[in-house]
Amino acid sequence: MKSGRLLTSVVAPAIAIIIAFGIAAVALLLVGIDPITAYKEMWVFGTTPESLIITVNNALPLFVSALAVAVGFKMGLFNIGVEGTYLIAALFAAYVGARVSTTPVLHVTAILLVAVLVGAGWAWIPAYLKVKRGVHEVIATIMLNYIAFALSAYLFLNVFRAETAGLTIATDLIPETGWIPSLTPLLAAIGIEVRAGANLQGFVIIAIALGVGYHYLVNKSRFGYDLRASGINPTAANASGVDPKKMIIRTMLISGGLAGLVGIAPLLGFYHQYPQDFPRNYGFNGIAVALLGRNNAVGMAFGALLFGFMQRSALILDLRDVPKEIVTIIQGIVVLAVVIVYEVISKYVQRRVIASAAAATEFDPVTSAEAA
Amino acid sequence: MAAAPAIQLEGVTKRYPGVVANNDVELTVASGEVHAVVGENGAGKSTLMKIIYGMVRPDEGIITIDGAQANFRTPKDAIDAGIGMVHQHFMLADNLTVLENVILGSEPRSGVKIDFEGASERIRILGDTYGLRLQPNQRVEKLSVGERQRVEIIKVLYRGAQILILDEPTAVLVPQEVNELFDSIRDLREEGHTIIFISHKLDEVLSIADRITVMRDGQTVGTTTPSEVDARQLAEMMIGSELPSPETKESTVQNEVLLDVSDLALLSDEGRPVLDDITFVVRKGEIVGIAGVEGNGQAQLIDSLLGLAPTSTGSITLAGKSMDDLETRERRAAGIGLIPEDRHRQGLLLPSPLWENAALGHQYKEPYANGIWIDKKGTREHTAEIVRRFDVAAPNVDVPAAALSGGNQQKLVVGRELMANPTVLLAAQPTRGIDIGAQAEVWEELKRARAAGMGILLISADLDELIGLSDTIHVLFEGKLVAKLDPSEITPEILGSYMTGAGEKKAS
Ligand SMILES: Nc1ncnc2c1ncn2[C@@H]1O[C@H](COP(=O)(O)OP(=O)(O)OP(=O)(O)O)[C@@H](O)[C@H]1O
Ligand SMILES: [Mg+2]
Repeated sequence: MKSGRLLTSVVAPAIAIIIAFGIAAVALLLVGIDPITAYKEMWVFGTTPESLIITVNNALPLFVSALAVAVGFKMGLFNIGVEGTYLIAALFAAYVGARVSTTPVLHVTAILLVAVLVGAGWAWIPAYLKVKRGVHEVIATIMLNYIAFALSAYLFLNVFRAETAGLTIATDLIPETGWIPSLTPLLAAIGIEVRAGANLQGFVIIAIALGVGYHYLVNKSRFGYDLRASGINPTAANASGVDPKKMIIRTMLISGGLAGLVGIAPLLGFYHQYPQDFPRNYGFNGIAVALLGRNNAVGMAFGALLFGFMQRSALILDLRDVPKEIVTIIQGIVVLAVVIVYEVISKYVQRRVIASAAAATEFDPVTSAEAA
Repeated sequence: MAAAPAIQLEGVTKRYPGVVANNDVELTVASGEVHAVVGENGAGKSTLMKIIYGMVRPDEGIITIDGAQANFRTPKDAIDAGIGMVHQHFMLADNLTVLENVILGSEPRSGVKIDFEGASERIRILGDTYGLRLQPNQRVEKLSVGERQRVEIIKVLYRGAQILILDEPTAVLVPQEVNELFDSIRDLREEGHTIIFISHKLDEVLSIADRITVMRDGQTVGTTTPSEVDARQLAEMMIGSELPSPETKESTVQNEVLLDVSDLALLSDEGRPVLDDITFVVRKGEIVGIAGVEGNGQAQLIDSLLGLAPTSTGSITLAGKSMDDLETRERRAAGIGLIPEDRHRQGLLLPSPLWENAALGHQYKEPYANGIWIDKKGTREHTAEIVRRFDVAAPNVDVPAAALSGGNQQKLVVGRELMANPTVLLAAQPTRGIDIGAQAEVWEELKRARAAGMGILLISADLDELIGLSDTIHVLFEGKLVAKLDPSEITPEILGSYMTGAGEKKAS
């Protein structure tokens, strides 16, 4: 049993990644580039201490986005709207954050709160539409993404933009009390010296807390039980006393609240204001990371790190005249391959377990219950 | 027997983790016969059928169909070879129509378009030929179990099956429906079809089968014919003991009313009354039986009592406390237990481990929960207790519910609800799919609960069970309670006539 689980959770993604890099290698060969050299360059560049820190920083919003998507997935809800949600939430958080000044911890907390509330509020719309009007959440959230893009652009340009901005168009700078401090000094204190310019974002601690919270919520709590039951068999969950409508609303609010935090790492750890080119696509990539990690907190953390790593190491390709889009292709293939390989491997595991069960075990409920 | 046998199995073996589901099975089914397969829960009947149908691949063994060796990889191969199967648990898409369900996977095309009209016509012809009446455009979620069954059979015939496998087709049918089904089966045999029929009801088996094969512990122990054995001997072949019969001796009914239902009514989406003026009480220590042909409002009655039918009107009181404004969770917490008529729809999380299934419906309280957390340790121990006390055949409490045989899944659900000790238990088809030996144990447990003061609302298609266990029987016909009967004074035949509405006048 144990080795079977290891096989499906570690070996499957590993094989998928190898396959993805293999296919991408063929693509590189076709355009006349030596894949070995390209990969080597990526690896060498991507594993410098500075790159590794940026990999982690890149992974943070992806991880939170994946959590937001995964909560919905667990009950069979597809929240495609994380993309729009985090843009709106980050914009409001930046605006409010710049208007408040208070003590450091309180300031950051207030900004996080705004982001969560705006995110949850935005996600409430598709939840309401589904519960009251029967609109499928995929349709509603896709549409709301476009509304969010337009609305955030409008608000940004006409309401929230700083009057006194210089060259860059952005919201007002958030006072330093509202920044999430970098962990680089801490790294230095424990003897890891990093060149200036690469700052490990303090949000890493919040992200870990969110991951742990997600795991406990989904797998250990009564709420999580109801959530999973609703995903597996809605009629049975309903008969067991789970109100499907309430469940949809609650789940979407949680998903939206998490989505609201997606933009916080870059906002409070890097930009400290909302610039016009605030990074996009965390919401969509989060769906891929959730698939990659199979809605499992640790799996999604690895998935996010992998994507973060590829995003960082791709930069070297540009310098070597290799189109860095090749990395996007790899990312896509990884996700597809994981989904396929997982199926194959889990079938194999099942067969192996069965074969080894020829020596049939006697059932002893007590010892088997105590065994775990 | 000149023709080659329709099906011949030699040395078929299938192992699952911790279980040998089929062990060196031999089976010969002659062409054009009705061949019954009987055996205890977990004996391996369904597994064997799935092997013939190409759903499960045997580890060893040879399968010969109509004289030609077969090596099916998928059900599609079996369908191409003229084999069709109706599963123990129906596999229909609820939100599609009868027509769509039937043609799903074998859509008739004219050019690129699906030929709905032609298909509809064929369904009608098949229905007329074999007495399987259906409205092609009705949505499956609105259908009763008996009608779903017909859809499954038509679906199989539509694909041109010559050999039909029916896995426990009568488990929830009342006698009239069983007779209709048997008429259809005889028509099919007349037309040259071969039928394999699985059932735990030995009388039925004796009346419909040409030959009977008995399975025990994954092996076929023998083949016989109805003229050679009676039900008692058949039971002995199966489990080595006598046929049990449900019977409650002295009354344990007390005065205290536990469930008081008055004027309960419910309209269908189309505005047709599906429940009307339902008034009855269940007292402490009483089993109240609801008799009726499936589809006369039983499912809606259960849903209304549980708060799953929000548009129902009337009042429901549990032990003096009004349930009317309470949600399902609150009603269950107040002490309403549920054994659902269809364990797969309302009772189980199939891919989840047994211990998570044992918590379903009780996940908010001890021993399953601890504050806002699920108490995994407590739940696993409690599950082991259910498994032991109700004799659920399972290698451990971590296997998925899907790995259990149908009857063992049912035992888990029954055990879960009885051990939760509700004030009132809504028991719909509590022994559905349970073998005759285990049936007696479930009946014992129900009687024990009754003696301890539980109120039980029993809905059952098994009239012997209903008459044997109930203290009072109400007849539900077209959404109304049309008669209240004393089980000590009636026979299954009389009860049967009430259920078709015939006895209505006599009763009032
Ligand atoms: N997918 C599976 N994985 C593991 N074990 C299984 C699986 N399917 C069946 N089994 C086991 O194989 C045995 C035979 O099961 P099967 O469903 O064939 O019994 P059955 O005779 O149809 O019983 P019932 O009368 O209860 O329906 C049981 O012990 C069951 O737990
Ligand atoms: Mg079975």
